[in-house]
Amino acid sequence: MHRDSKTFLALSRRNILKTAGGAAALLASPAILRPGFAQSGTIKLGAPIHRTGIGASYGRWYERTATAAVKVVNEMGGINGRQVELIVEDDGTDPKRGTEVIEKFASQYKVDAVFGHLFSNVVAAAAPRAGELKMPYFICSEASLLGAGKLNRYTFQPGITDVRSQVTSMAPWIGDTLGKKVTMIYPDYNFGHDHRDFFTAAIKAQGGEVVGKIAVPPTETSFTRYFPQIPPSTEVIYHVMVGPAVLTFVKELGDYLGSQRPEIFGFIDSLEGVDFATPQLGFLEGSYFWEAYPRYAQANQSEFDKFFREKVGVDANGASVKDGKDISTYSHMFSIWETLFVMKQAMELSNYKGEAQKKDLVTAMESISTLAESREHPQGAKLFNGKTHQVFGSQNISKVEGGKLKVVHRTSIEDGLYDTDADYTKMAL
Amino acid sequence: MALGPYLFLATLEGLVQAAVLCITAAGLSLVFGVMRVVNVAHGEFVMLGAVIAWFAASLVTGHPAIGFAVALVISPVIVGAIAFASERLILKRLDYNPEATIVATIGLLYILQQTVLIVYGPDARPVDPPFYYTIRFPWFGYSSYKLFVIAAAIVIMGAIWFVLQKTKAGLIMRAAQFDRETAQAFGIPVDRVSAFVFAAGAGLAALAGVLVVPIQQAHYLMGADPLLLSFIVVIIGGLGSMSGTVVAAILIGLSDGILSVMFSPTLAKMVSTLLVALVLVFRPNGLFGKAAR
Repeated sequence: MHRDSKTFLALSRRNILKTAGGAAALLASPAILRPGFAQSGTIKLGAPIHRTGIGASYGRWYERTATAAVKVVNEMGGINGRQVELIVEDDGTDPKRGTEVIEKFASQYKVDAVFGHLFSNVVAAAAPRAGELKMPYFICSEASLLGAGKLNRYTFQPGITDVRSQVTSMAPWIGDTLGKKVTMIYPDYNFGHDHRDFFTAAIKAQGGEVVGKIAVPPTETSFTRYFPQIPPSTEVIYHVMVGPAVLTFVKELGDYLGSQRPEIFGFIDSLEGVDFATPQLGFLEGSYFWEAYPRYAQANQSEFDKFFREKVGVDANGASVKDGKDISTYSHMFSIWETLFVMKQAMELSNYKGEAQKKDLVTAMESISTLAESREHPQGAKLFNGKTHQVFGSQNISKVEGGKLKVVHRTSIEDGLYDTDADYTKMAL
Repeated sequence: MALGPYLFLATLEGLVQAAVLCITAAGLSLVFGVMRVVNVAHGEFVMLGAVIAWFAASLVTGHPAIGFAVALVISPVIVGAIAFASERLILKRLDYNPEATIVATIGLLYILQQTVLIVYGPDARPVDPPFYYTIRFPWFGYSSYKLFVIAAAIVIMGAIWFVLQKTKAGLIMRAAQFDRETAQAFGIPVDRVSAFVFAAGAGLAALAGVLVVPIQQAHYLMGADPLLLSFIVVIIGGLGSMSGTVVAAILIGLSDGILSVMFSPTLAKMVSTLLVALVLVFRPNGLFGKAAR
């Protein structure tokens, strides 16, 4: 150490000047100043994407979908005559990084709004900061944080329904068709806890009960050890898993159960981004999945679905048109597309031109109610609740037939409505 | 499920875990024993092995067993070569200074992890097992490949024992481990031995990675768990003691398997960590370790 400090003191004046000059040049370089020089006269939208971390398979497709949606908006002439500029930052599916990215969008890029945040643990951390920064924040998460009144006036979810609505609308079908004694396997964080709490209540209302609750950490890589907790009285296994190990989870479940399996009802989350044509997934034949948006193009495919698939670059099997093995997260990623178009609608309602009108944007959002099925909303018609900032829509229940998912039941919007005291319009702007 | 089958499944799961752990921890223990280097990047070598297995499986067409066999051969070789190069370029230049090598291997950990993230991407990718058959017990089904992993681990551990105890290379390694300076005085090129041992340790980690990838999936962040568990095993077994490593791996693998099936995986981790703390307090050199001379 002594030697080092001596060397430092012995630095010549010239060397110090050279170093300082170099540092100044580096700081002034475009690489550092880029955010400050972002184009003016555009509408800047920040997208915090899970490019890495446990949400990476979703992130890749959310980014592609957002990019495609922005392109469509710009081809339509932009928003209020301004072109939309998409700024993407990776948040590593990490709550801390997610919050930092919101701050970066606000202070460095000075974006008009942020949209597309997905994993609920990240959203739960980032939303309060977005509220403090008065940054309109549009989430594509499903945890029932908004309906529970836990978020703030600047946070909206106009593109996808929440878990409470999903399970409330499907519980009657599950109870009537599959069975009343249900064992749940879910990830051990707030998204999974919403499934546990709301489904338990919903199936109880149908005269059923949850006989087993198996919580699995979202970073788990081995699952067989959890399966002995499945009680023998189970009639239906209800599974919803996320993270990089979902395929392992389903394979091990198949190994464990064999052909003597109870009915299986899964959330497609357990197989998002995974190819159904994997030999070890054969046991899923005849089982059921929830899908927000059917991965496989159905017989009655709408022209809007065709348009959406074409623009995002997805084929009729839900895989990338460039690589049939690159399976999309089709059942979720429409939400970032639809969210952008709701934002466009609200910006047009408030004649939004720039940062100073963020409050107008919020009140315009709160005035929106019905959203018709269209190219902007290919998943279907929706109902937006301006008080709770949450959208409601239809759910699909699909059966695995010949290694593909076929929709056998579609709920109505009304099936998923629920009462809540949350009212964000009473909060200060 | 009745207690009997329950315990049976738990034991199977524990043995699979112990098998993989044995191979991984043996590599870590070997490196520490001979070089006195705590290799924090060890888990990343497991990950590299798994990722290379994925590349091998996707490049080789035909039956999955062919790709798997190719991976079993090339994965340890490639990873060994990477480890050899990093030993020559980094660890040797730090003079194997204990503190400096810890920091350097942490750096290596991030370099490997981020390189894989750039080249291979953030997805978890499956590799087909060389054969797929589910053994149906009356109470549950179990993948036969997992049983193969246990058998493979026994063979590999036997091979390690044979090399260390019965060959000249093993003799040289043991000599370098026993007393570095005396070994050097007797003409053993300790410096070169270190490089080869580091490569061999990494190769073992890679082998564990290849074995585990059909059970898990190849993912750039998969190195963290094996690293932690290997450290636990090596500390309990005694740093540098191969037999201690085997005993501790079986102990930790079984306790982890049984506790996580019967109670919860979190409790299993707590017990392992508690065990480490107890060993460090009452037997600082591990169950089988000898006091440093």
